[in-house]
Parts: sequence; structure tokens; C-alpha cells
Amino acid sequence: MAELLDKSKQDSSADSQEQKFGLKSLILHLHPRRVPQAALELTHTWGLGGMAALLVAIQFVTGLLLRFVYAPFPGKAFDSIIMLQNEVLFGQFVRNIHHWSAIFLLTVTFLHLLRVFFTGAFHRPRQFNWIIGCSLLFTVIASNFTGYLLPWDQLAYWAITVSTGMLEYLPVAGAQLREAVLGGPEVGAATLLIFYNLHTSILPLILLLLMLLHFWRIRKARGVIIPQKSANEANDYVAVYPNLIVKELVVALVLLAALLTLSAIFNAPLQAKANPYFSPNPAKAPWYFQGFQELLLHFHPLFAVLVIPFAAIVAMLAIPYLRYDAEPTGIWFISGRGRKMGLISAAIALVFTPLAILVDEYIISPSAALAAFPGYIIKGVIPLSFLLFFIAALYYLAKKKFAATRNEAVQTVFIFILTGFLILTATSVGFRWEGMRLAWPW
Amino acid sequence: MSTSPRKQNNREKPLNRRNFLKKTWAALGILAGLEFTGAGIAFLWSNKEKTPAGDRSKLLSVGAVSDFALNSVTPFRPGRLYICRLEDGGFLAISLKCSHLGCSVSWDASSGKFVCPCHSSSFDKLGNVLSPPAPRALDIFPVFIQNGEVLVNTGKPVKRQRFIKSQAVYA
Repeated sequence: MAELLDKSKQDSSADSQEQKFGLKSLILHLHPRRVPQAALELTHTWGLGGMAALLVAIQFVTGLLLRFVYAPFPGKAFDSIIMLQNEVLFGQFVRNIHHWSAIFLLTVTFLHLLRVFFTGAFHRPRQFNWIIGCSLLFTVIASNFTGYLLPWDQLAYWAITVSTGMLEYLPVAGAQLREAVLGGPEVGAATLLIFYNLHTSILPLILLLLMLLHFWRIRKARGVIIPQKSANEANDYVAVYPNLIVKELVVALVLLAALLTLSAIFNAPLQAKANPYFSPNPAKAPWYFQGFQELLLHFHPLFAVLVIPFAAIVAMLAIPYLRYDAEPTGIWFISGRGRKMGLISAAIALVFTPLAILVDEYIISPSAALAAFPGYIIKGVIPLSFLLFFIAALYYLAKKKFAATRNEAVQTVFIFILTGFLILTATSVGFRWEGMRLAWPW
Repeated sequence: MSTSPRKQNNREKPLNRRNFLKKTWAALGILAGLEFTGAGIAFLWSNKEKTPAGDRSKLLSVGAVSDFALNSVTPFRPGRLYICRLEDGGFLAISLKCSHLGCSVSWDASSGKFVCPCHSSSFDKLGNVLSPPAPRALDIFPVFIQNGEVLVNTGKPVKRQRFIKSQAVYA
């Protein structure tokens, strides 16, 4: 660290060179000239936001290349992918990078959201940036989803059929909405053109605009959140170049190396050409929607597709606007107590989510006696009330038993729901096989 | 910030030439915006429906009446449907699109059931739900029988809760 500080003193000699190229001033449009020493701690942010930005850039470049080969028509799409892989130099490699980078991007964006939540970086003045960040996550999900269809293989065709089939359960205009998304009654030529257009022009544009807003709000909040203890001390400010820039470069290069290695070893999947007559068994939604698909196996569609996701999104967007007892600490998991309750909460979810899945799978669903009752009661109102009661109990336990602050109690509930959702996703990805029956992955 | 006092002035001032022109330009600007929006929506909309009022009628001939044995289920791939002939000679054209999430069901002759590979819903040969999560029976297509030929309108799937006798079509 001391070495880095010394280098910043030599800064001025580099200044004259920089002025010629203007590179530094370009970088300084994104970063301030000087940043607090505490903001440089890797374990504080893990560089996740920067990683996401780099991955978006990689997606833009590889996506542009793929556009030169890909043909967005049902008769040609699959063949153009085959051509890309077999005849274009580095074609398979570029496709692999685009594929793995998309998965990385979604994962990193989600982890970034968790980092921001668990370090309390959503309080004022960062409230609205949380909303922008969530919008970015939704845009990344939409980009992943629209891109999923483009190879036009069995995996793509049926994943989109199943996922858009969920829309039909929305009340009032569900069927119309699905037709509008697909451009017709089924996944077909119109769907492919719509998805291609969204994927390669509209969503990237939205992504870019939201990113600019996101960065601007970070500058407005005077950079990333830093632990209050160090914020209160007379803070050491260091020059952003080279102190931060070099660190960012290191993170970027390590990420790039990991991505390229993965892309060199593992090919992006490509199944047989899409065949509307045969659904593969099992037919699954893209992995990031499989939590919802699993939910759909246990809840009445109205609850699995509308009530629960809607409530989850509203709760997520409301997080920064709740009234909290304490200001942000900038410390992971708020406090020792917050950490302890979080662990307990995760453990409870880890036990009860699989238990609930098993009970529904083997006792409630096959029961002939229960099938006589309407589905929205047995698989809707009752389990949802049960879940809400559980969450309320958890909240009160945290408040009364552990004398937790509102911040810590909200975090406890967040961890419970998060763990539950991750288990639902893992169940569908790893434990659902032929006929969507539960089985071990080995 | 600087516009707010000006706005107040506008309100107080009588409609003079300058104000009138300003408002006219603003109105024209809004009109132009609406026109572009309207044209954009019309552009996207016209692409969707070439036929009037969502009518996608498409009559397909699936074969002669005599081609279908009593009490049989026959796939007809081009229409994404199964022709089910009842024991009493009635015809049903059953969509292979699962009523749950739209996967293609397949006929399992050994158990006499339609089975959906996606979420393991199953249906009897009339399309009635045998096991959920499918919420309702498989859709059917209107069947017409002319001169011993079976015609199916594949453009008009009919939603139904369960099989009723009137859905079957007789020669």
C-alpha cells in the first residue's frame, strides 16, 4: 500500500504525457480525481460493479461480431449458428465467450446487488440508485432471456415456450400479453425477429443509458459507501490514478482470464434444431427462471406467476424507502448480531424449503382428498399465508428475542427469502429430471 | 429554476403575440410527438394482424372418415393435433399444446394417456385432465366432415374445461 502511495506522488510527471492523449481525463470523467483510501479495500466491494461493466463491454463486442454471421429467421438461424461454429475462424470461441459472459454478467449483477444490500449502500443518498440498479438487473435478465431463443435449438425453443406460457396465467389480459410478446399464437418467425431486435438493439441501448445514470448517481453520492468508522476518521485521500485504476485493471484481467479459460474449455450448448412437435423431457426454463418454474409446481399459477413475483419485486424496490432505525454503517451485515441472525435465518430456510418441497411433492399434491378443494385455496391462499406467517414470526423473533434494529430485522427476512429462492432454483436445475420428477443428479 | 418566475409571468400576462407564438410552437411540438408515437404504434400493429379481427382460420384436410378406426388416437403433425375417434364414431381434433405452459403432449398408447413432458400433466384420450398441474382439458379445433373427408380448422383453438358430448362431430 505504501508503495502505491509513493507512486501517486510521482503523479505529476505523468501528467504532461496524459494531457497529450487525454486518456486520463477520460477516465476521470468516470472516477473522481482522488478517492478515500478506505474505498480501495477489495473485500469491501469485491469489484463487482466494475466487473459487471467490463462484462457488458465484452457482450457488446462479441455480440457485434456475432451479428455479422447470425440470421434471425427460423429457417436460417440454427444453420447460421452451425456455420458460425464450423466455418468461421474463432466462431465457436466468440460464441462461447458471449455465452459464458452472459452467465457471468447475470451472476455478477446479482452478487453486486447482494453486496450493496449487505453493506447498507442503499440508504440515502443512494436510494434512487438502488432502483436504477434493480432496473439494470431486470434489463440484464431480459437480455439473457431474449438471447436464449436466438440459437433456435430445442433448448431455446422450449425454454421460451415454457417461460412465455407462464404469462398466460396473468389475469385479464394474460393471453393477449403473451401473443404480443410472441407476435403470434406460438413461438415462430415473428417471435424470433422481435427477440432479436430487443436483444441486439433496444435492450443494449436501455442498458447503456441506465449504466450512465447509475455511474452518475455514484459520483453524486461521492463514490462507493465506506465503513463509517473510517469515514469519520480524517480520511486519507489518494489519487485515483494509479491507486484505483491499477486495482481495477487487475480485477479486469483476472476476470478476463477466467472467462477466456472457461470459453476455451467448455462450449456453449447447442441441441438439435427446434422441433415444435417434440418437447424434450424435461423441458426447463432458462436457469435464472427455474426458481419460478419450481414455484409453479407448488403454487397455483395465479400465485406463482403473479402474486409472489409481484410482491417480491415491490418488496425489493421498497427496501431503500423503509424507515430504518440507524444510518448505513458500510459494514458487511451491519453488525455481529446482524451476521448471527443472518446465519440462523439462512439455516432455517435451508431446512424448511426442501422440507416444504418434499411435503408438497409427496403428500399434498398426490392427495386425492385435497384435490377436491379449489386449487387457489390448497395451493395458493393456505401455503402463502403459512409463508407470510413464517416471515412475520422471523421478524418478531429478531426484534424481540435478539433486540435487533429494523435494519437487522429486514436483513434477516431478506436472507430467509433469498436462501429460499436459491434453493428453489437449485432444486429445479439439479434435482428435476424426466417428467420434472424429483431425483438425484447422479 | 429560471423558468418558474417566467411561467408565472405568462399566467398573469395577457395573450400577446409573443406568448401566442410560444404556445403555438409548444402545441405543434406536442402534436408532432403524438404523430410519431401514433405512426410507430401503427407500424408495429399492422405487422401483427394481416387478417381481420384475429381470424386465422386455416382448414386442413386430415384424411377420409374411413381412415380412422373406432376408439383410436392418430397424430396429425402438420396441424400439431391428434385426431381422436370415439367408440361411437364421433371425431375430436385435440391440440397437442398442453394447457399448462404450452409444451407438446405426446400420446402414450400403452397407458392410453396424453402425457406432457414438461410438468408431467396427463390427460385421457378425450383431453380431460387426469393429473395436474394442467388447469383444464386440452384445447380442441373445430372439425367439419364433408363428403367423407375430415377437415380441421387449425386456426381456431377452442378452450374448454372438460369434454362434453356436444364437442364430438359425427359423419
